[in-house]
Amino acid sequence: MLSIKNLTVSVNDKQILKGINLEIKAGEIHAIMGPNGSGKSTLSHILSGKSGYEVTGGSVTYQGKDLLEMPPEIRSREGVFLAFQYPVEIPGVSNIYLLKAALNAMRKHHGQPEVDAMDFLTLVKHKVKLLEMDEKFLYRAVNEGFSGGEKKRNEILQMAILEPKLCILDETDSGLDIDALKIVSEGVNSLRSPERSFVMVTHYQRLLDYIKPDFVHVLAHGQIVKSGGAELALELEEKGYSWLEDLAVAQ
Amino acid sequence: MSSINAVTASRYAADYPSLKARLPGQGLAWLEHLRTEAFNTFSQHGFPSPREEEWRYTNVSAIEKKLFTPSLTITANAVSQDDLSAYQLQDTWSVVLVDGHFSAADSLLAGLPATVIVMSMAEALVTQADLVERHLGQAVHHDEHSFIAFNSAWFTDGVFIHIPAKQLLAKPIQILHLVTQADVLATTRNVVIVDELAEATLIETFAATGESLAYLSAAVTEVFIAQNAQLTGYKLQSESDKAYHFCGTYVKQARDARFTQHNFEFGGLLARNDTHTDLNQAAECTLNGLYSGINRQHIDNHTRINHLQPHAISRELYKGILDDRARGVFQGRVIVAEQAQKTDSQMNNRNLLLSNDAEVDTKPQLEIYADDVKCAHGMTVGQLDEKSVFYLQSRGVDNDTARNMLTFAFANEMVDKITVRSLHDQVLEHVLSRFPQEGVNKEWL
Repeated sequence: MLSIKNLTVSVNDKQILKGINLEIKAGEIHAIMGPNGSGKSTLSHILSGKSGYEVTGGSVTYQGKDLLEMPPEIRSREGVFLAFQYPVEIPGVSNIYLLKAALNAMRKHHGQPEVDAMDFLTLVKHKVKLLEMDEKFLYRAVNEGFSGGEKKRNEILQMAILEPKLCILDETDSGLDIDALKIVSEGVNSLRSPERSFVMVTHYQRLLDYIKPDFVHVLAHGQIVKSGGAELALELEEKGYSWLEDLAVAQ
Repeated sequence: MSSINAVTASRYAADYPSLKARLPGQGLAWLEHLRTEAFNTFSQHGFPSPREEEWRYTNVSAIEKKLFTPSLTITANAVSQDDLSAYQLQDTWSVVLVDGHFSAADSLLAGLPATVIVMSMAEALVTQADLVERHLGQAVHHDEHSFIAFNSAWFTDGVFIHIPAKQLLAKPIQILHLVTQADVLATTRNVVIVDELAEATLIETFAATGESLAYLSAAVTEVFIAQNAQLTGYKLQSESDKAYHFCGTYVKQARDARFTQHNFEFGGLLARNDTHTDLNQAAECTLNGLYSGINRQHIDNHTRINHLQPHAISRELYKGILDDRARGVFQGRVIVAEQAQKTDSQMNNRNLLLSNDAEVDTKPQLEIYADDVKCAHGMTVGQLDEKSVFYLQSRGVDNDTARNMLTFAFANEMVDKITVRSLHDQVLEHVLSRFPQEGVNKEWL
C-alpha cells in the first residue's frame, strides 16, 4: 500500500525527517509515537501534500505510484485521507456541502456519476448515527464553534463517508476526553478492513487501548528509532520516551 | 426665521427656495423651522468633505458636480411588473417609493392589522402630525453631518411606521426604494416606531429599474424601539452601478430593547451607509454587514454604537470582499459612557481582497469611559486562508474550486443569517452572480 524509503525532509533548511523507512501493507494499522518535536506531524503533512516542506531525499510510493508527485486533491481522490490534528473552521460552508463536494470530486475522478441526492442523505445519516452525532451538525458550518471532540468526530465522519484506502490520523486523540475517545475509536474500528490501512500518529499510548495497532514505531529526532508490536507502546507508557531519545542521539 | 444665505457652499441650495413650497408637511410650523435650520446648515457646509474625520476616506464631491434634481411627483406606471417583481418580496407587506414618492399602486399592504400604521410620510404629516413631530429629528440631529441636514431640508416623502404595544407582526414590512429615471434625486425620510413588547421585521431595499442610471438616493430612517420591544432590520443596497447612495439608520433603543441589522451593500458607484444606535440599560444590538465591491465601486460603512447605560450588549460583524479597483471603508465606533458599567461589546471587521488594486480602509474606534466593561475588537485584511485551501484540497477539492468555495463562503456566512426566505434567496443570487462560481454548486446549498 505505502512504501516510504529513506525520506528526508527540511523546513526552512532545517532537517526535520532524517531518513524514514516504513512499509505499510493493506489492512495494517501502524502507530507512530514519539515526543513533541520528533517529526510526527511533519510525516503526516508530507503524506497528505501540505506545502511548506522540502523533500530533500528518498521516496514515497503509494499503490505503485509516486505519492510526492501528486497534488493534495489527487492524493485524496486516490484514497489518502488525513484526519487533521487541528481541523479548520470554514464559516459559510455547511458540513453537508463539504461532504457532497468531497465525495463527488472522488467519484468524478474514478469516472463515476454524481451521487444521487437521496442515496447520499441516507448514507450520511447512517454514518452520523454511527458516530453518535446530532444530524443538526450536517447543516452547521464546517467545524465552526465545534468543541475539540466534535471537530475530531467530524474528521472521522468525513473519513467514514469517503472510505479512503490509507487513513492517516494525526493526533486524533489529543484533547479528547475518554467518552469522545471511545466514540472516535469505535468509528475507526468500524472502518477496519483488509483493504484499508491506518497510520495513527499519537503522543499518548491510551489511544492504542481502543484501536489495537499491528505495529508501533517510535519516532525521535526525525528518525524511527525503534519498531515493534503493540507491546512496544506499553513499554513506552512505562519507561517514557527519554531512553529512546538517547538512542536516537547515539545513532 | 433665519433667511436663506446668498452665498452658499452648494449649487443645490440655489434651487431650494422654489422646491421648498412644494414639499410635504406645508403649514406645520415645527417642520418649517426644522427644514429652514437644516437648509441653513447644509448651505453653509455643502456635502461632507474628506476633511471631516468621519468622511476621511469618502469623497462625495462628484455629487456637487452632477446636480441631481428631485422628482416632484410620481410618474404613473413608471414601474413595470417585471421591475417590481425583481425586488418586491411577496411574503411581506411592501411599501414602494418610486423616485422618492410613495406609490400606492405598487405597494402591497392588504391584510395589515388595523392597529398598525404603514403609510407615506406625506400622508403621516397630515394625519399623524403629532406623532411624527415627536419623533422626526429625534434619533438624529441635522448637525450630525450635512447629509442629514440635506435630507431634513429636501425630503420629498418617505414611510411612517407605527407598531403598537405587544403587536407581533406575521410578516416583515419591506420599504422598496426604486429609482426609474436618470439624474434624479430621491430624498426620503422614514420614521419607525416599535412600541413596548412589540416585535417586527423591516427590510429596506434600494434598487433602480434601469441599468446604469446615474442618480442620488439619500435616505434617512429614524427608529425608536420602546422598552423590551424588538426590531430586526435588513438592508439590501443594490443600486445601479452609476448611482450615488447615502443611507443612514439612526436608532434609539429603550431599556431591554433589541435591534438587529443585517446590511448588504452591493450596488452604487459610491455608497455610504451609516448605522448608529443608542443603547439604554440592558438593550442589545447586533450589527452585521457584508459589502462587496467590484470595478471602481466605493463602499463606505459607518457604524456607531453608544452604550449609554449599564448592562447593554453589542455585537458587530462586518465583512468586505473587494475585487478589481474597488475600495471599501469600515469605520466602527463604540462609545461606552461613564455610567455604562458591565457593557459587553464585540466588534469585528474582516476583509478579503481579491485583487492587488483593491483597497480597504478599516478604522475601529473604542472610546471607553467606564471601568468595568468587556470590549473586544478585531480587524483583518487579507487573502484567503491557505490552511483552509489545503483543508479542502485534502478532501479532494481542487485548488481553484477550493478558492471559489472559500470566497463564496466568506460572503455566505452573512447570507446564512437571513431568516426571511425570499430575501435570503435574493441576496444569495446577488452573491453568486458577483464572484467566480465555478465549482460552487447551487443545488447543494
